[in-house]
Amino acid sequence: MAIGTTFLGLLERGPRHGYDIKRAYDEHFGADRPVSYGQVYATLARLLKHGLVEVDGIEPGAGPERKRYAITAAGVTDVERWLGEPERPEPYLQSTLYAKVVLALMTGRGAKALLDVQRAEHLRLMRDLTQRKRDGDIADQLVCDHALFHLEADLRWLELTAARLDQLAATVSS
Amino acid sequence: MTALLAARDLHKSFGATPALAGAGLEVDAGEIVAVMGPSGSGKSTLLHCLGGILRPDSGAVTFEGRELSALADAERSALRRSRFGFVFQFGQLVPELTCRENVALPLRLDGMPRRRAERRADELLERLGVTAVASQRPGRVSGGEGQRVAVARALVTDPCVLYADEPTGALDSLNGERVMELLTTAARERGTAVVLVTHEARVAAYSDREVVVRDGRTRGLERVP
Repeated sequence: MAIGTTFLGLLERGPRHGYDIKRAYDEHFGADRPVSYGQVYATLARLLKHGLVEVDGIEPGAGPERKRYAITAAGVTDVERWLGEPERPEPYLQSTLYAKVVLALMTGRGAKALLDVQRAEHLRLMRDLTQRKRDGDIADQLVCDHALFHLEADLRWLELTAARLDQLAATVSS
Repeated sequence: MTALLAARDLHKSFGATPALAGAGLEVDAGEIVAVMGPSGSGKSTLLHCLGGILRPDSGAVTFEGRELSALADAERSALRRSRFGFVFQFGQLVPELTCRENVALPLRLDGMPRRRAERRADELLERLGVTAVASQRPGRVSGGEGQRVAVARALVTDPCVLYADEPTGALDSLNGERVMELLTTAARERGTAVVLVTHEARVAAYSDREVVVRDGRTRGLERVP
């Protein structure tokens, strides 16, 4: 999953400290695997280097300095592009798609279009696989079938998510 | 190029319940279009309006440039019988007739002599791989065989458009695939356009493009270049 872009999406709602970013990330996307502090600061350093975030303020304290990060215009463009592009359909994509849906809702972009674009991309690949299956031998058929069943599961998830967007929007914006 | 079949701004309600609320669709000759969407989204109602089975409350369906609702009932029935073919989920074969007689039926209704009609029926049954059940009654054949007989009957008149409403809905994966494979191959050989209603993505993957119906409206009208 694209942790960097997910951080940017979280920062789009307003500047945050590294600690707050970790907390927000874990709350929304880290149920299975929370992000480590090492990852948080390495990711922020990379975003800073690429000009996607900037330091908005530094608070001195007893411990290490606490930096507050803010998203830059280039960072917003990055988020925008990421949300607009379909993911390459492949198994176990849900965590990325889920992050996109949640961030689109959080940042007020709406997630319907994103889901439709992704559904079209999935079906495009399913069509290719179906064609390959028709032209191929039994081995091709079995390999393609495996992929087709996984893609179909993703599509069902996209459909269910589309039907529950209002409910999800109410949860993430609260 | 004008589309072979076009629907625009269709509205249809059943009592107080709206089934279509501004649906539209275009289908070119020989094109296979999947109509997808959740249960109750209006996709079957859309198919029934496109096939002239239901009359929309408003909006227009045109086939070869002629508006269906402007046709007299007899003309519309003739169109349904000879230019359109229909396949439904189940229960469409006449139980008292053999499979061969079922497939020959649309030709017989159009006045073709029995021997010629049954010869045509046999060709189609062979194409769909169900020659073995030609003399059986539908009650004696499996679900997959029955659907292949139904596809044969829908194609026997060489229709311009085949309407298929969840044609694999009552079948397991393997039989469903066999039906889709044969249906789409036979349709492509004949240049028959197909409007395929399905909620299954693996079935829709046999189409050239898909249209999604949600709450009685269509989305995704983009065409494959």
